[in-house]
Amino acid sequence: MSGDHGKKTFVLKGIGVSPGIVTGKAYLFDPVDIQLSFYKLNDASLIPVEIKRFKNALKESERQLLEIQNDLKKTKINEPLYVIDVHILILNDKNFITRTIKYIRRLGINAEWAVRLVLDRYKKIFAGVEDSYISGRISDIEYVTQRVLRNLSGKKRETIWELGDDVIVIAQDISPADTAQLKMEKVMGFATDFGGRTSHTAIVARSMEIPAVAGLDNITQLVHTTDNVIVDGTTGLVIVNPHPEMLKRYEVKKLHYAATQEEYLKYAKLPAVTKDNYHIKIGGNIEFVEEIPMAITHGAEHVGLYRTEFIYITSEKLPTEEDHFNNYRQVVEAKELNWSTIRTFDLGGDKFPSNQKPLKELNPQMGLRAIRFCLREVELFKTQLRAIWRVGAIGKVKILFPMISGVEEVIEAKKLLREAREELVAEGVQVASEMEIGAMIEVPSAVVIADKLAREVDFFSIGTNDLIQYALAIDRSNEHLTYLYEPLHPAVLRLLKRVVDEAHKANIRVAMCGEMAGDPLCCLILLGMELDELSMNHLDIPRIKRIIRKSSLEEAKVLLEKAMSFSIASDVRTYVQDYMTQHFPQEFQKDED
Amino acid sequence: MAEVKTFELKNKLGMHARPAANLVKVAQKFKSDIYLEYNGQTVNGKSILGLLTMACPYKGKLTVRIEGPDGAEAMQALGALIENKFGED
Repeated sequence: MSGDHGKKTFVLKGIGVSPGIVTGKAYLFDPVDIQLSFYKLNDASLIPVEIKRFKNALKESERQLLEIQNDLKKTKINEPLYVIDVHILILNDKNFITRTIKYIRRLGINAEWAVRLVLDRYKKIFAGVEDSYISGRISDIEYVTQRVLRNLSGKKRETIWELGDDVIVIAQDISPADTAQLKMEKVMGFATDFGGRTSHTAIVARSMEIPAVAGLDNITQLVHTTDNVIVDGTTGLVIVNPHPEMLKRYEVKKLHYAATQEEYLKYAKLPAVTKDNYHIKIGGNIEFVEEIPMAITHGAEHVGLYRTEFIYITSEKLPTEEDHFNNYRQVVEAKELNWSTIRTFDLGGDKFPSNQKPLKELNPQMGLRAIRFCLREVELFKTQLRAIWRVGAIGKVKILFPMISGVEEVIEAKKLLREAREELVAEGVQVASEMEIGAMIEVPSAVVIADKLAREVDFFSIGTNDLIQYALAIDRSNEHLTYLYEPLHPAVLRLLKRVVDEAHKANIRVAMCGEMAGDPLCCLILLGMELDELSMNHLDIPRIKRIIRKSSLEEAKVLLEKAMSFSIASDVRTYVQDYMTQHFPQEFQKDED
Repeated sequence: MAEVKTFELKNKLGMHARPAANLVKVAQKFKSDIYLEYNGQTVNGKSILGLLTMACPYKGKLTVRIEGPDGAEAMQALGALIENKFGED
């Protein structure tokens, strides 16, 4: 971490979306455009390595062009062939090659940078040519250099990882699919331009237990690959090119954080029972089968939310019934888990271009997705339903339908579920004898008709992320609106209270699987409402259990009543925050920095 | 001993990409050093980038200078190519 004192230190403030502190080297990740990083070589011994990389990229580029040319020859289109000739001649042009190598040697820079400089030089020369046809030929040179750069970046991925193990990925946003492109085992943290606590970045980071800060606006423009970076996912700070002293301070913090994590884990396996004996069941939210062991060590008693979108996103073709079954089986086979709630896939038409015209939706969040899409693409939906019935024969499974906005959707989904079972039975396939059916409560209309919905299902699961977004009319990917995203908004509290009360009136259980369930600050509020189950990211479990074990239902009810008497969201927050820091000082230590 | 000869470009578009590509491909077949001069600017005849940056137009006077063992053959081949308008129009 030395040798960077000359670089300017600066601090960026975003939203801490996955806790923990990490220090490492920045890596700019751009899944769409060519990823370029320009850097000085630290050591003269790297010069031949860069020259070799450059030459290899040239060779690879020529190979690709010859392949394209051969393909074109087969189609008997001769016109563009000479263009490729020109491109190959440019690739092999001595001026081009020797100048690039000269730049690498003289300036001590990496091949990408040198190629860029050569291109810039030719741009200047060609701009001076009067003949517009000739000056337009710069586009051929640009084309060739782009290809070389692309081939360099393909190789570069490996060399970047060779820089060290502690890589911090800097990106606009990270989607679960992007993680496939990254060597995740080397990634220590994320810092992104977009997103809030419920963004993809946040979900990916928390599921991998690595610190992340989102909503930094323009970090991708400010940070360069190989810059030293500290990501503090607890406070939402990103420090770029830190002073050595600052770095030392953070190393201490890091250790402190790790120690508290260990302390928390002691509570992980204990049940979440209050001092006056109210028992809340604690589940884990998972997306990947690989997360199950971590969820169990952190104290998950069941899987309260198994997101199944992953199965669709990562495979090229539509997943088969067997693909579903094999994934689910690994979940239900974990003996430590009392049950697993499988949520049917929450995706929209844009993910299934083969089945219909791809939909360009202006507002996909409120578009044709989740249960709406499933009820339209019945066969697609049934494939998943069949797999869930089958896995129910092996272990305890509950099914959860997302984005329910009306009773008719539940009735329709239940009909399909029944049909799927009848078909399997007719085929002589082993299926579960029965299955608990749940409705996700995440659309405000579902809250309003919670009493009616409760008659149709066995349980509710409140998805707070969407519910808050829809109830308060905020686009959760818009970081300028993050300040409005307030789980403690009086309206949100009333909605939640209503769902719980209506569920209990109808004698059904009510769970929460949104981010709010794992937010320690909201813990007593939810307890006061008498939720039956909370399901959260496994990292949050030990802390939530510890708070619940130190509290009583009685005090939680008093706190809830007081909190619900305020008219202004910030008053609720201030009150709850003060209460929690006073009564649980250990859990809510203030950060000095 | 150097071979030197001046030609007038007869193809309408001048030294654009396709003629330049053809010329470089022919030039690269020879061991001799091949230089092209136009308007006081000299470039390596085996470099397409050099040829393009020279931007020799229609009816431009292009001087070919060749130094090396196969200079005479090279001059003959290049001369034929230029006179034939690089095989176009």
